[in-house]
Amino acid sequence: MSRIVVVGASAAGLTAAEALRREGYGGRLTLVGDEPHLPYDRPPLSKQVLRGSWTPDRTALRRADHLDGLGARWLLGRTAAGLDAAARTVTLVDGEVLGYDGLVVATGVTPRSLPRGHELAGVHVLRTLDDALALREGLLTAASVVIVGAGFLGSEAAAVATELGADVTLVDPLAAPMIRQLGPLVGDMAARLHTGHGVRVRTRTGVRRLAGEDGRVVGVVLDDGSHVPADLVLVAIGSTPSVGWLTGSGLALGDGVECDELCRAAPGVVAAGDVASWHHPGLGRLRVEHRMNATEQGTAAALTLLGGGRPFAPVPYFWTDQYDVKIQAYGLTGQEATFRVVAGDPAEGRFAGLYGRAGRVVGALGWNMPREARTLRRHVTETTPWPQVMTPAGG
Amino acid sequence: MKVILDQDKCVGSGQCVLVAPEVFDQRDEDGIAVLLDPDPPAGRHAETREAARLCPALAIELADS
Ligand SMILES: Cc1cc2nc3c(=O)[nH]c(=O)nc-3n(C[C@H](O)[C@H](O)[C@H](O)COP(=O)(O)OP(=O)(O)OC[C@H]3O[C@@H](n4cnc5c(N)ncnc54)[C@H](O)[C@@H]3O)c2cc1C
Ligand code: SF4
Repeated sequence: MSRIVVVGASAAGLTAAEALRREGYGGRLTLVGDEPHLPYDRPPLSKQVLRGSWTPDRTALRRADHLDGLGARWLLGRTAAGLDAAARTVTLVDGEVLGYDGLVVATGVTPRSLPRGHELAGVHVLRTLDDALALREGLLTAASVVIVGAGFLGSEAAAVATELGADVTLVDPLAAPMIRQLGPLVGDMAARLHTGHGVRVRTRTGVRRLAGEDGRVVGVVLDDGSHVPADLVLVAIGSTPSVGWLTGSGLALGDGVECDELCRAAPGVVAAGDVASWHHPGLGRLRVEHRMNATEQGTAAALTLLGGGRPFAPVPYFWTDQYDVKIQAYGLTGQEATFRVVAGDPAEGRFAGLYGRAGRVVGALGWNMPREARTLRRHVTETTPWPQVMTPAGG
Repeated sequence: MKVILDQDKCVGSGQCVLVAPEVFDQRDEDGIAVLLDPDPPAGRHAETREAARLCPALAIELADS
C-alpha cells in the first residue's frame, strides 16, 4: 500500500491519518476536505463558540506543527465529486483525479433543511464553524428565536440563545426534547429544564412552513396552523450522511456508507465517523453521530486498511451540556429501552441510571453525575442482566 | 513524560479514567478530570498516550521530556 486518500478532513479523517502514520504507514497520504479551514472540533460550536466564551481558534483539532508532522498532502477547500471503486480513483469537482490503493471515507453528515421557506434570510443551520459564527451574529440582535427540532443540537442552541437574552421557542413533533435519544423520563426532565429557563417548549407539533416577508423570515407556521413570530430560525431537524459524491460508485449506500464489522465498504475502502454505518458485533447495524466515535472508528478503519483490523465494538459515548446540566450517555440510551434511576434523585437535579432492553443492561446515563455514569458503564460492557439492577430505587 | 490537563476543555467523559486510572480521576461534584500523576512512570506511558488520543474534548496534552 503506497497511496492512501482520506476524503473528509475532520475528526474521523484526521484520526485515521494519524493512526496510519502511527502504525508505520510511510507511503503517500492525501487528505481532501471541502471546508477551507484546518480541521476543527464541532462540539464547542453549539456551546462555547455560540456563547462567545471561546474564540474560534480554540476549536483547532491539532496545532499546525503537528499537522505538518503528518507528512500529508492537504487538499483543503476541495470537494470530492466521484469515486470509481473498480479503477480506484477519486475525482474532485475541479477535475483532479487521485489514484489510491487505500481510501478512507469520512465525509460526515449534512444538516437537513425544511422543504418550505428554508431559503429565507434569518434561517440558519448549525454544522460548520461558519454556521456557528453566522448564527451567533444573528442571535446577538434577534429578539425572538424559533428553534425547529429539539434533539441535542436544537436543545443546546436553545440554552445558549436563552443565555444570550433571546426569547426562544423550541418546537418538536415528538413528546419531549431528546426523547428519541434518551427516552421519556430524561426527555421530561429536559422539557422542565428548558421551561424553567424561560424557553417555550412546543412539543407534539411539527412545522408546516416558514413565513417570510421581503425575503426575510418573520415566523413559523405550526402544524395546527398557529403562527409563532421569529426574526431568527434555527433548523435542527437532523442530518443525512454526506454520500452524494458516492452515487454510482458501487458502494452500498443505505443509512450512510454500509460497512462490515471491520469498517470495510469495498476492497481497499473503509469508512469512519458520522457517515459510516457498520455492523457492531454486539449491537447490530449502527451509525453513530458522536464525537467519540469519530476518533475510535477513524483509528479502527485505519488499522483495517493496513491489514490489522479487528471487529469494531465500542461502547458508544455521548455528552451534551445545557445551562448548568451535563449529560453523559454510554451505550444505547434510546426510547426503545427502559430507563431506571439507580443513584441520586431527579427532583434534586442530579441522578444516574441504566437502560435495559431484552433483559440486559444496554446503556447508562448521568444527569449532573458524570462520575457515577462512568462507573455504571461497566454494566453495559458486562451486559448485566436487567433484573439484577432492578433492586428498589437507590439500590 | 509531562501530562497537561486543560480542565476548561474537559467535558467529564471519564474516558481517560477508564484507560489510565492511575493517572487520571474525576472530581465527584462535576466529573471534571483531575491529574493523579502529572509525570507518570515509563510503564504507564502507553495508557497515558491512549487517554490523550481518546479524550473527546482534546483536553489532554503530552510533552515528552
Ligand atoms: C454543533 C455540533 C455540536 C456537537 N456536539 C456534540 C457533543 O456535545 N457531543 C458529541 O458526542 N458529539 C457532538 N457533535 C457530533 C460530532 O461533532 C460529530 O460526531 C463529529 O464531528 C463527526 O466527525 P466526522 O469526521 O465523522 O464528520 P465531520 O466532522 O462532519 O467531518 C466531515 C468533513 O468532510 C467534509 N466533506 C463532506 N463531503 C465532502 C466531499 N464530497 N469532499 C470533501 N470533503 C467533504 C465536510 O465538510 C467535513 O469537513 C456535535 C456536532 C455538531 C455539528
Ligand atoms: S477523557 Fe478528556 S473529557 Fe473525558 S474526563 Fe478525561 S480529560 Fe475530561
